[in-house]
Amino acid sequence: MNAQLQPTGSAYFITKETEAARRHTLAILVDNEPGVLARVIGLFSGRGYNIDSLTVSETEHEKHLSRITIVTRGTGHVLEQIKHQLERIVPVHRVVDLSVVADELGHDRPMERELALVKVRGKGDDRVEALRLADAFRAQVIDANTEHFIFEITGRVSKIEQFISIMTPLGLVEVCRTGVAAMNRGPEGM
Amino acid sequence: MNKAESGAATEASSRREMTGAEMVVQALKDNGVEHIFGYPGGAVLPIYDELFQQEDIQHILVRHEQGAGHAAEGYARSTGKAGVMLVTSGPGATNAVTPLQDALMDSIPLVCISGQVPTTLIGSDAFQECDTVGITRPCTKHNWLVKDVNQLSAILHEAFHVATTGRPGPVVVDIPKDIQFSKGIYTPPQTAPRTSYHPQVQGDMEQVKAAIALMAHAKKPVIYSGGGVINAGPEASHLLRELVDLTGFPITSTLMGLGAYPASGKNWLGMLGMHGTYEANMAMHDCDVMLCIGARFDDRITGRLDAFSPNSRKIHIDIDPSSINKNVRVDVPIIGDAGRILEDLVRLWRASVKSDKEALKPWWTQIDIWRARDSLAYRPNDDIIMPQYAIQRLYELTKDRETYITTEVGQHQMWAAQHFGFDAPHHWMTSGGLGTMGYGLPAALGVQIAHPDALVIDIAGDASVQMTIQEMSAAVQHNAPIKIFILNNQYMGMVRQWQQLLHGNRLSHSYTEAMPDFVKLAEAYGCHGILCDKPSKLDDAIREMIAVDKPVIFDCRVAALANCFPMIPSGKAHNEMLLPDEATDEAVATAIDEEGRQLV
Repeated sequence: MNAQLQPTGSAYFITKETEAARRHTLAILVDNEPGVLARVIGLFSGRGYNIDSLTVSETEHEKHLSRITIVTRGTGHVLEQIKHQLERIVPVHRVVDLSVVADELGHDRPMERELALVKVRGKGDDRVEALRLADAFRAQVIDANTEHFIFEITGRVSKIEQFISIMTPLGLVEVCRTGVAAMNRGPEGM
Repeated sequence: MNKAESGAATEASSRREMTGAEMVVQALKDNGVEHIFGYPGGAVLPIYDELFQQEDIQHILVRHEQGAGHAAEGYARSTGKAGVMLVTSGPGATNAVTPLQDALMDSIPLVCISGQVPTTLIGSDAFQECDTVGITRPCTKHNWLVKDVNQLSAILHEAFHVATTGRPGPVVVDIPKDIQFSKGIYTPPQTAPRTSYHPQVQGDMEQVKAAIALMAHAKKPVIYSGGGVINAGPEASHLLRELVDLTGFPITSTLMGLGAYPASGKNWLGMLGMHGTYEANMAMHDCDVMLCIGARFDDRITGRLDAFSPNSRKIHIDIDPSSINKNVRVDVPIIGDAGRILEDLVRLWRASVKSDKEALKPWWTQIDIWRARDSLAYRPNDDIIMPQYAIQRLYELTKDRETYITTEVGQHQMWAAQHFGFDAPHHWMTSGGLGTMGYGLPAALGVQIAHPDALVIDIAGDASVQMTIQEMSAAVQHNAPIKIFILNNQYMGMVRQWQQLLHGNRLSHSYTEAMPDFVKLAEAYGCHGILCDKPSKLDDAIREMIAVDKPVIFDCRVAALANCFPMIPSGKAHNEMLLPDEATDEAVATAIDEEGRQLV
């Protein structure tokens, strides 16, 4: 009864998280209006959630709807909060946790693709090797002169990571990535 | 003229051309606004010019934009309507940030219209420019920067819709000065809201049935209600009372929910949480079924989370899905309007449950044992006014009138919540979530404007009240006879109490060495000042305060070092309360252990 008689160690609202954090891919359908992206990412920074990757573009021009794809990390409980907090934003139409849907469909993960532009500068053997590896990765050459290539590569995040790391010793100059675009397998929409 | 033609004519006359500033005034009228609180400045002059030329809307001139916001909050909370504030660009907008965040955390419908520099100057660091929508984005439910005068009326109507529906909250409409001058087509409010915003009001019937099933078999139930019941309107409070009568369940409430169930009701346990009663907190801890209605398991309520009500099944009714499972995992979540769901619960209970109040007897016996502990007791004093005594006398001498209470933030706020008996909803205005010192005085002004004949009292602390004391001038100007009842102990009492609990009683900067003479200050503002420092004279002084038909500052000198008990110290559970008769100096000094000290 008396606080003095029952000294306890733990502090409140810091509860131990027993569940492991997991990578989730969210698809968010929003009205394409000024400030909408700031509202979404402001929510992530303001509430301490992570953003691993962010992709956004208008996808339905007549309805002015944009689709935002966010890759984040958290426990099931945190992801449930993120989804509900996103749904509170007035111009947000729908939030779908693609990773959860993929689980329900019996898939490992949603279909995810990323595009990267990779500029490599070099001469001689390095240059030949870069071109040979790019071919093996099915990367396209979209610009070149005698000193450089710009490769365009599309694929899963891991493939792009791997491509960039092998290009690094061959004269990697610059990388630009789009972030993840994702949707689930099967005939159903989000 | 046939019906279709007359409809078309109304449509044509309502869709008329006007300036942006005219649209603002027209939209306010069309949304039922009678009073707005504001402060003029360069970027809102066209709107002020329109206000000057009409008489339907009364403008209350404040002395600081923060005051306008809190006044609008008090107005909103005491009427159930949206509060409206009007501010200029730059500093006008930044001064509005505190009341906006306050309204966000306490779910108060607040519409803030701000002026902005002309669209052509936005981004140029113009005079009195700030990124208002950027600054207010995280402290509003939604906000808009108007870039086309033809969208202005639709945005204003949408702003009222968003502020007042679903979980209510603050919104900002930022209007550049050139938009206020330019002409466009005004459209009246329409019923079709935007497609992405549709709060769920009706609860899922299956979940309601599951809740009834849990409640019907509860041996140790408790109802824990919150501000959501108040926001759901007077009918929700009525239904809550009906549910309590039907079920015979004990009921406690958060700070924000006081008045939904009457303090004089026989099932009332008092407020729960950090400074709640022993019986309320023990009932929460030991219950087997918890029915949470329109409350959000705030950290001031739950205490230590891993020891929060460990053996109960929890039903949570809330209009905001993000409140569910945020802090506490619940068994039966029901999303929707508290009033609608209470209606379902009452109907279903009547239809399907054979009430057996006998079964609750052992639980009530236990509760009576906790009650007998008398956790709000304090040691009376014949020479010095005890703050709790002052609140009790204030209650006794005002309870037969139409009385509205606002507060600032601190010890006086908790004493008011503990010792003033609230019997009706919408009569208690306090800053719960944000804990804004300086809320109560302007909030009282807003309440008084809405209820000119009622008795409106701000129970204040000597430190808090000085944060917005300038609004006394606004109260005088608008003939708002608000009563500022200051529990003056010369300290920031709650800060001092925490320093005693956490920091070895080193009272770092919590003593106000140069206190103003509040009686002279009252006179300087053109108000009436009263000083009272003797318990024997308190009743007469309060009667004088009530009798005076103008604003009053009442300097009530109370025991300087009184602490606010009972209390759940940081890092402790509901059943580890520090009770007043056990709170010796030593117990207070050691009540919070090392880990608890990390918290606030």
